[in-house]
Amino acid sequence: QLSLFRFTVKRPFSTSHSTVDSKEMKKFQLLAHKWWDEEGEYAALHSMNDIRVPFIRDTLLSMSSNYHLGNPLSGIKILDVGCGGGLLSEPLGRLGASVTGIDPVEDNIRTADRHKSFDPVLAKRIQYKSSSLEEIVEESMETFDVIVASEVVEHVADLETFIKCCSQVLKPEGSLFITTINKTQLSYVLGIVVAEKIMGIVPEGTHEWEKFVPPEELERLLESNGFSVKTVNGMLYNPLSGSWGWMESTSLNYAVHAVKSGAHARSHTTDTPPETDIQQRSATAGTA
Amino acid sequence: SSAAMAALRGRAVLAPLGARLRAGPRAPLRSAASGPPLYDVVVSGGGMVGSAMAAVLGHDIHFHDKKIALLEAGPRKEYDHMPDSYSNRVSSISPGSATLLSSCGAWDHVCSLRLKPFRRMQVWDACSEAMIVFEKDDLDDMGYIVENDVIMSALTKQLDAVADRVEVLYRSRAVGYTWPLPSQSCDTSPWVQVQLADGRRLQTKLLIGADGHNSVVRKEAEIKNIEHQYDQSAVVATLHLAEATDNNVAWQRFLPTGPIALLPLSDTASSLVWSTSHDHASELLAMDEESFVDSINSAFWSNINHSDFIDTAGAMFRSAISLLKPSGTAVRQLPPSVAKVDPESRAMFPLGMGHATEYVQQRVALIGDAAHRVHPLAGQGVNLGFGDIACLAHHLSAAAFNGSDLGSLKHLLKFETERQRHNVSLIAATDVLKRLYSTTLTPLVLLRTWGLQATNALPPVKVRI
Repeated sequence: QLSLFRFTVKRPFSTSHSTVDSKEMKKFQLLAHKWWDEEGEYAALHSMNDIRVPFIRDTLLSMSSNYHLGNPLSGIKILDVGCGGGLLSEPLGRLGASVTGIDPVEDNIRTADRHKSFDPVLAKRIQYKSSSLEEIVEESMETFDVIVASEVVEHVADLETFIKCCSQVLKPEGSLFITTINKTQLSYVLGIVVAEKIMGIVPEGTHEWEKFVPPEELERLLESNGFSVKTVNGMLYNPLSGSWGWMESTSLNYAVHAVKSGAHARSHTTDTPPETDIQQRSATAGTA
Repeated sequence: SSAAMAALRGRAVLAPLGARLRAGPRAPLRSAASGPPLYDVVVSGGGMVGSAMAAVLGHDIHFHDKKIALLEAGPRKEYDHMPDSYSNRVSSISPGSATLLSSCGAWDHVCSLRLKPFRRMQVWDACSEAMIVFEKDDLDDMGYIVENDVIMSALTKQLDAVADRVEVLYRSRAVGYTWPLPSQSCDTSPWVQVQLADGRRLQTKLLIGADGHNSVVRKEAEIKNIEHQYDQSAVVATLHLAEATDNNVAWQRFLPTGPIALLPLSDTASSLVWSTSHDHASELLAMDEESFVDSINSAFWSNINHSDFIDTAGAMFRSAISLLKPSGTAVRQLPPSVAKVDPESRAMFPLGMGHATEYVQQRVALIGDAAHRVHPLAGQGVNLGFGDIACLAHHLSAAAFNGSDLGSLKHLLKFETERQRHNVSLIAATDVLKRLYSTTLTPLVLLRTWGLQATNALPPVKVRI
């Protein structure tokens, strides 16, 4: 059954369906050395760790039964897609996870590798690779417990292909975490005009409003590609305090947690008990 | 290529901090595998505050896989056998500090060694009848008088208990620190380099300075310190009372030369802390034991500094208060009289105040006397340090649970803001009290007399204190 799955899904992935947008790559190339300056261009991403790391950590903790004291994510294999300089990979590594960080921009990977090299614990737990997502699909089928794609989907060329690839490298019932920006009038005014042009919270030209993704569309794409969306939470950046918080409305930034359907559920048999089991467990996960 | 990155050699460029030790460029930093040992936290200074910091972190669940080092310049002391006689260095431990010590399991040891709870504090003026009494409405203890050696013994035991994550390095004096460059540029190590007197080197992600009021960490970090030497020294001694009593009251009388305090150690013994001029302190140390005891009793009992004017004014104020608030004047208890002093227990040390303008910098935090130094009149010195520990440990624990870089300024600043807010007002108030009570000038005496009487009558203010 598994080999059949591989065969049927492999076909659409010719090189023309790349998820990497070369224009986007160039933008990030220029800032490759700025990742680790906590007060520099990437300050808002640094402070985003204060909500995205607990979100990932608590969701995974509530779903697992073996919690290692002092090492909450121990034994979990995470893929950080679009890892940049490793801003999110490092905290996840410190919490015990084995992290693979991929990014198409080589300079980003170089920066990330150098930064982790000073900490022997992180150097072992994190592996970086300069690569796009689809390039690793073949050798990483159903390898990861968790995929994290934070502030990435608004930069990809083909979102549906991206999601399909995520599904392929994720183990059944694995988790996918996405943070991104909604496509609304408000996100244009605040996310582009204010954030980029006026306040300089984000380097100018980083985002293109056209590529922002409304949560409804993201949910639709996820659900139609074998994922079950468990949580959608709005996020808000306070430029005065430089800190992020959660909010009800998803009209600006938002985070999504989705779970890949288990192998049994995919075969459309009457195997409903495992699915409802997942639903029940994950219903509490979203409240973390 | 990631292997090549890992083997990358770099030069640790010296940060431009003028210090005698760095004459030229340091030796190249070898790769993480063969460089100086890397710790998550290094605490410099193995006194009560430094040891407690290391013990609290060592017992924190989110630090269970971290490496902590405690640097102590002196040798390891064995506290297994407590001598029968009391040590002359004692501290007044607040209930909050006791809670902190319980959190790392040290308080149980303290209780099984020895300590003296007190229920009441009576503070009064030598120049008037004004008095203020602190006591808790419920039967709880207000605080505990504990010998510093007892606290150290308890902390040493608890450090031994977490030896797998906390390494205590005795006879290890840090002589130099090298700070990482501000932004993560090229090949320089992002960690703090610590150089020990014997040539050994360590690296750490976070350096905590608990090395006392002459903190080397603070100086090397070029953090400005506001300091002032009082023209006073404190004389300490272990005293034996004329007769056994419940002895659960802490006494303090403000003399013109400085406050004299009697802190209970047992039903028959008390500890003396007498802050006075340097000359008088030397005299007290030099005089024979009988004269010394006489001076103490006279300090507590004599009314030589009263003036009729003040007494009358004070009495008027008191009757005014009792009209408004009948229970507003407390019963004056009489302090015990002293019969003997423990030979060899007399000692003196100079007093001063200090406050660091910053408690933190990238990868550095100051706690205890390294951050702030107060006059003993409020009995708060070590409690402020324990309060620093509780706050810093809370923020570091949360940071560890978030996978954050422990040396990151973000959570260190939260610690600094919280503690400066708490400490500055208390340190300033202590300093003001010290100066206010150092005079016999009538207007100021009247001010403080009425002030003290009013404070005594006002429950909300007393509770806050």
